Amino acid sequence: MAIPNKPLGETKAVRDPKVEEREVDILIVGGGMAACGAAFEVKKWMSEGQTVLLCDKAAMERSGAVAQGLSAINTYIGTNTPDDYVRMVRNDLMGIVREDLIFDLGCHVDDSVHLFEEWGLPIWKKSAENKTLDGKQGQKMGTLKSGAAPVRTGKWQVMINGESYKRIVAEAAKLALGDENILERTFIVELLNDAKNPKQIAGAVGFSVRENKVYIIKAKAVMVACGGAVNIYQPRSVGEGKGRAWYPVWNAGSTYTMALRAGAELSMMENRFTPARFKDGCGPVGAWFLLFKAKTLNGLGENFAASDAAKAELQKYAPYGTAAITPTCLRNHLMLFEMKEGRGPIMMDTVSALAALGKTMDKKELKHLESEAWEDFLDMTCGQANLWCAQDCEPEKKNSEVMPTEPYLLGSHSGCCGIWTSGPDYDWVPDAYKIKYNGKVYNRMTTIVGLFTAGDGVACSGHKFSSGSHAEGRIAAKEMAKFVRDNASFKPTLKETTKELVDLVYKPVRTFLDHSAYTTAIDINPNYIKPNGMMYRMMKATHEYGAGTATFYMTTSKNLEIVLNLLETMRADCEKMAAGDLHELMRAWEIIHRLYTVEAHLRHIQFRKETRYPGFYYQADYPGQDDANWFCFVNSTYDKVKNEWSLKKVPYIKIIP
Amino acid sequence: MPSFVIAEKCDGCKGGDKTACMYICPNDLMVLDPNAMKAYNQEPDQCWECFSCVKICPTQAIEVRGYSDFVPLGSSIMPMMGTEDVMWTCKFRSGLIKRFKFPIRTTPEGTANAYKSLKAKDLNSGLLSTEEADGYKLPRPQALV
Repeated sequence: MAIPNKPLGETKAVRDPKVEEREVDILIVGGGMAACGAAFEVKKWMSEGQTVLLCDKAAMERSGAVAQGLSAINTYIGTNTPDDYVRMVRNDLMGIVREDLIFDLGCHVDDSVHLFEEWGLPIWKKSAENKTLDGKQGQKMGTLKSGAAPVRTGKWQVMINGESYKRIVAEAAKLALGDENILERTFIVELLNDAKNPKQIAGAVGFSVRENKVYIIKAKAVMVACGGAVNIYQPRSVGEGKGRAWYPVWNAGSTYTMALRAGAELSMMENRFTPARFKDGCGPVGAWFLLFKAKTLNGLGENFAASDAAKAELQKYAPYGTAAITPTCLRNHLMLFEMKEGRGPIMMDTVSALAALGKTMDKKELKHLESEAWEDFLDMTCGQANLWCAQDCEPEKKNSEVMPTEPYLLGSHSGCCGIWTSGPDYDWVPDAYKIKYNGKVYNRMTTIVGLFTAGDGVACSGHKFSSGSHAEGRIAAKEMAKFVRDNASFKPTLKETTKELVDLVYKPVRTFLDHSAYTTAIDINPNYIKPNGMMYRMMKATHEYGAGTATFYMTTSKNLEIVLNLLETMRADCEKMAAGDLHELMRAWEIIHRLYTVEAHLRHIQFRKETRYPGFYYQADYPGQDDANWFCFVNSTYDKVKNEWSLKKVPYIKIIP
Repeated sequence: MPSFVIAEKCDGCKGGDKTACMYICPNDLMVLDPNAMKAYNQEPDQCWECFSCVKICPTQAIEVRGYSDFVPLGSSIMPMMGTEDVMWTCKFRSGLIKRFKFPIRTTPEGTANAYKSLKAKDLNSGLLSTEEADGYKLPRPQALV
C-alpha cells in the first residue's frame, strides 16, 4: 500500500472539522444507477417548497457499478411478460424470492430503458435482414419504445454500445435534480433515528472527502442505495490486483451496514455471488456463452457441463437444476466439482466458437464479430482487454481460463441479499409483504419508518441489473414523495448532539492525532490500527473460515463460530482505528461498513442450516437443500445499543404459478 | 492495473478549480501534489482500472500499467474519447496493434431530456411519471397461485 517517494493523503485531517447542518424533506444517499433513477424521478412528484438532497461518495458521472460502462442491459422485458421474468429470477435464485417485488420491477424497467435510449445510449437493433446495427445505425430501425427489435443475446438481455452509459444516465439525473441539490464527494456513514421514535428515520451524518467538514442532515424520508459489498473476502489477487474485483471495489457494504445499524431488518444475507469470469481480469463471459455460443472445457478438453455426470448432479437440485436455464450457483457448482476432482483448469473455448461462427460469415462480418468480442471487454472491463494483450491472447487463436471469483454481496445481479422492504400496495400482494405506516403502504420502505432502498439494497429479488436498479430507484423516489406528503407535519429530531456526531465521525482522526507522535513509523503504533491493516485482518479471517476461495467456498459450524468471534474482536478494535488524512478517514469508515456487512452474511449462513446455494457456498455440516425446514426467508436485525443480533425465519409465499 | 501519470505531460490542470482526474476517480485515488503541480495515483491496489481518469485527462497524461501481480509487461490499451465514439488502440506484448472504434452516444452531450417541466399527478397510483404521461397500463399477474 505504500507509495514509493510519495506521502499518502494530500488532505490532512484536523481535529475539529467544520460542521454544516441541513434539513430537507428527502435525502438520497448514493449516486449509482438506483440513486440516479431516484434523482430523475423525485422532483416530478414533489410539491412546491419541498426539498431534496443527494449525497454521493464519488462523482455521479462515474460512480457506482456502471462507472466504466456496460456492454449490455441485462433486464429488458420487451415482448416477454413480467410473469415469465418472475419465473426466471425465482429459478436462478433457488426458489426463495419476493415475487411481488420482482413482478413490480418487471412492470417498470422498460420505461427506464426507453429513457436511456432517448437520452443517447446506443442500443443495438436487428435490421430487416436480421443483421446487427449498432450506434447511430441502430437508430434507423426506430426506437425500442416505437417497437424496433433489439439484439437479444439471452431472453432478457439487449446489447448496447455502453461506454458512456453512466455518464448519460447521470447527466439526466443531475439535470432533473439540479446541481444545487447534490453534494458529491460526501460520504454518509451513519443513518440517524428519530429521537421520539427509534423505529423512524430522521437523517444521516457524513463527511466531505475534500475538506474537513461534517454534514448533519435531517430528513423526513431517506433512501440508502450505495451498492453491494466488495473486498470483504481475500481476493484471488492480493497485490496491486486487489483492486481488480469483478464488482466495483469501492462498494463497501455501506447500504447494508447503515440500514442494519438503523435497526432495519435484513433478509437473505446468506446469499452471495461468486461469478465465474475470465481469470484475474474478471472479464464478462455472458456474451461468450450467449452471443458467440462458446463452451467451457475442463482440463481434459471435455464439455463437462453437458456430461451425464453433470446431468445427474443437477438432478439432485430439481426443479431448479433441471430447468432449461441452469441456475448460476449450480453452474459454478459443476465447475468447482471438476476442479476439485483434479480436472482443471476450466477453459472458455473461444477458438472453436469463433471458428464455427466464421463458417457462415464473410470477411467483413468476421471483422465486425472480432470487434464485438473486444467491445464486450472494452465497454465494461478494460483491464481484461489489456490482460489479453499482455498475454498475446487473440481469442480466435487461444482459449482463456475461467475461474469463480471471491465472494461479493449484492441484490441486483445474480444475488438476492439486502434489506427487507415493502412490496407495492396491490390487491394481489400478500399482506405479509406490505409494510405500513399510519395505515398506508409504502413500496420499497424498509422496516424503519421513512427509510427506503433500491438496487443492491432491496433483498429477495435480484436480476435487476443496471436498468432495474434505475427503475427501482424511481419507484422508491415516488414513494418517498408520497411519504413526505402524508407526513408533512413530522419534524425529524435527532437524539445525538452535534458534538456527539462529530466525535463519532472524526474519532479515527482524533485517535491518530493523539498517538501518532509516539512512534517513528506512522503505520506501526501500539495505540492504533490503520484501516489498511484492519482490511487485511478481515480478509484473512473470512477467507480462511468464512467460505472464501481458500476452502472452495466451504465452511462448517465450528469455523463459523471462530470467524464470528474474530469479527467481534475486530469490530471492538475499530474503536482504535486511526486516520491521518481524509482519504484514510474514508477507508476507516469503509472497513467499519464492511465488517458489519460480512458479519451479517456469516450470521445468516450460520442460522440457515442447509446449503441453499451450492456453488456459492457450502455449509459442510448441512450439505444439500432442506426444503422441509428451510424453504423460507431468513431475516435479521441488529440492536446497536445492546450489540445484539436476532435472526428468524419468515415464510415464503408463492404468488406467480 | 493501476493508472499512472506521465510527469512531463501532466500540468495539474493548470491550477484550475477542478483537477480532472481527481474530480472523476470513483475511488478517490487520483490526487494533486500541490507543490509539484502533478497528479498521482495514491493507492494503486485499489484501482479498478475503470479508465475514467485516462478518458477525462485533457492532456492525455494518464495511462495504465497492468497489475504487477499477474499482468506481463509490454502491452497497453489506450482510449481516445470523441463526442460520438471512443477509439481504442490495443497494443499486444508481441507488438501487434489492433484498433477499434465504438459509438458512445447518439445525442450531443448535455442534451438528455430530464423532463424538468413534467408535473406528475397521481401519487397514489403505481405509475412512474413518464408512464403516467404515456398512459401506460400496469400489467397484472396473468394468473395467481
